[in-house]
Amino acid sequence: MSTPDTEKTLSVRDLRVRYGEREILHGISFDVPRGETLVILGGSGSGKSTLLRTLVGLQPATSGEVWIRGQDIAKLSEEDLDETRKKIGLSFQGGALFGSMTVGENVCLPLREHTQLEESTIQIIMRLKLEQVGLAGFENYMPSQLSGGMKKRAAVARAMAMDPEILFFDEPSAGLDPIIAAGIDNLILKLKKAFRMTIIVVTHELASAFLIADSMLLINKGDIVAHGSREEMEKSTHPRVRQFLDRVPEPEVAEEMDYLQMLTGEAPPRAL
Amino acid sequence: MAFFDSIGRNAIGGLAYVGGLARLSGRAAYYTLIGPFRGKALRWSRAFHQAMAVGVEALPILSTITFFVGLILALQGAYELRKFGALQYVAGGVAVSMTRELGPLMTAIVVIGRSGSAFAAEIGTMKVTEEIDALTTMALNPIQFLVTPKFLAMIVMLPCLTTWADFMGVMGGAVFGVTGASFTFGGYVQATLDALLKRDIITGLIKAVMFGAVITAVGCYEGFETGGGAEEVGRSTTSAVVMSIFMVIIVDLIFTSLFYLLGR
Ligand SMILES: Nc1ncnc2c1ncn2[C@@H]1O[C@H](COP(=O)(O)OP(=O)(O)OP(=O)(O)O)[C@@H](O)[C@H]1O
Ligand SMILES: [Mg+2]
Repeated sequence: MSTPDTEKTLSVRDLRVRYGEREILHGISFDVPRGETLVILGGSGSGKSTLLRTLVGLQPATSGEVWIRGQDIAKLSEEDLDETRKKIGLSFQGGALFGSMTVGENVCLPLREHTQLEESTIQIIMRLKLEQVGLAGFENYMPSQLSGGMKKRAAVARAMAMDPEILFFDEPSAGLDPIIAAGIDNLILKLKKAFRMTIIVVTHELASAFLIADSMLLINKGDIVAHGSREEMEKSTHPRVRQFLDRVPEPEVAEEMDYLQMLTGEAPPRAL
Repeated sequence: MAFFDSIGRNAIGGLAYVGGLARLSGRAAYYTLIGPFRGKALRWSRAFHQAMAVGVEALPILSTITFFVGLILALQGAYELRKFGALQYVAGGVAVSMTRELGPLMTAIVVIGRSGSAFAAEIGTMKVTEEIDALTTMALNPIQFLVTPKFLAMIVMLPCLTTWADFMGVMGGAVFGVTGASFTFGGYVQATLDALLKRDIITGLIKAVMFGAVITAVGCYEGFETGGGAEEVGRSTTSAVVMSIFMVIIVDLIFTSLFYLLGR
């Protein structure tokens, strides 16, 4: 196993993750150079959210390594891990906004807790972040008063609050209307250009993926199927990649007997 | 055989539970006592808000309940004392029972119902909606952020509430003293003060502090143990209430025996 390149902001080496007996990720390796955007594609339940949770240290890996900014996160002390976490932002698939705080307080929280900024400055930053995701004027709403798509955008604003070096988005534009979704794409491009942020995005929106990605990663049932630049992916002839990009459904169940088995959950009687 | 088997398993499960509570309390104590010296600021304003919710908002119901408990104690005591023509001892009986036992205990029961369950529901919901994970990724330790303020609030508020409960209990007893026995109000209060020793009040308050710690630990622990799904939150809330009552009684028994053996 090669030692991870410290120039890379994020390196993953042979990562395996399991929930109880069930292994979800079966040995995943990839690098993300500083300032690049990686898009992670993959079917529902293939382990994308699990991968993100492991990358930020929420879910312990069974084996393998995650290196962030040149440090193996499994070997960091609680304090050092927290220092690293202050430099990353994660917007959760479900938003995970604090229900007891207003949208504005959600965005302000990390700033209030981790910086010495004046309250007036914090308020300005908060308004700016909300404006960037199209939620200007909603700072006094409670999360329960927002629609699903608005929660998602508020979560994106909160993840950006500390101007992190690495941003993780779990399906930021799922369930958003096309105009707002395009706005999120633009925001990601802008963050990359203006701040050289390293961005990792899980998404199902192919158009968006091809717009924002420097490189793409296709995961299927916990294995990397393909990893390459946007162009490489576009030209790929790998059947799984083509199936995903060309939106081909899974083939119909071939045999009647197999279909029966799927419905009843029993092995079909063997023909003599 | 199966019977002993299940006793063994329950004993081990019980020990694991107490171990979990102890670990959580230990971490919370670390952030309360040692953390501030290592640059981890205490959250006074959060603790203050918790204290208001735990303490001040509990006053109406606690006052009513302990007032009636004082009255009931007086009636029950008088039933026995009347036989000996010793009704003048009602005041002392009520005072000692309230301060040593029923003041802290009734306070604990009210606080469990109002706050212990709320802690479990709050933390459980945050667990289910990934808010706990969000705190962690924002480098905010959930125990420091959520549990420590609750511990502070409870350890301060429980003795305060208990003192008030003692007072209301005596007032309840006084109602019987004045109407049912031949006390004047001033005479009843004087009899109460004469009967009470400082240690009656202090042992009661020590218990109250312990109850506060136990209720917080159980409520928060049950919250953190919540699995996925909204129905799980309901389950942890219920079990926080049941386990808190159980643990409070156990702690009460331990401390009462201790005070007895020490002659306090
Ligand atoms: N807490 C958990 N405990 C046990 N199994 C889990 C848990 N979370 C996820 N899983 C399992 O791990 C697998 C991967 O889940 P994950 O959430 O990572 O998928 P995903 O790729 O993000 O899917 P989607 O696109 O639908 O969000 C799923 O099969 C799921 O059943
Ligand atoms: Mg997911």
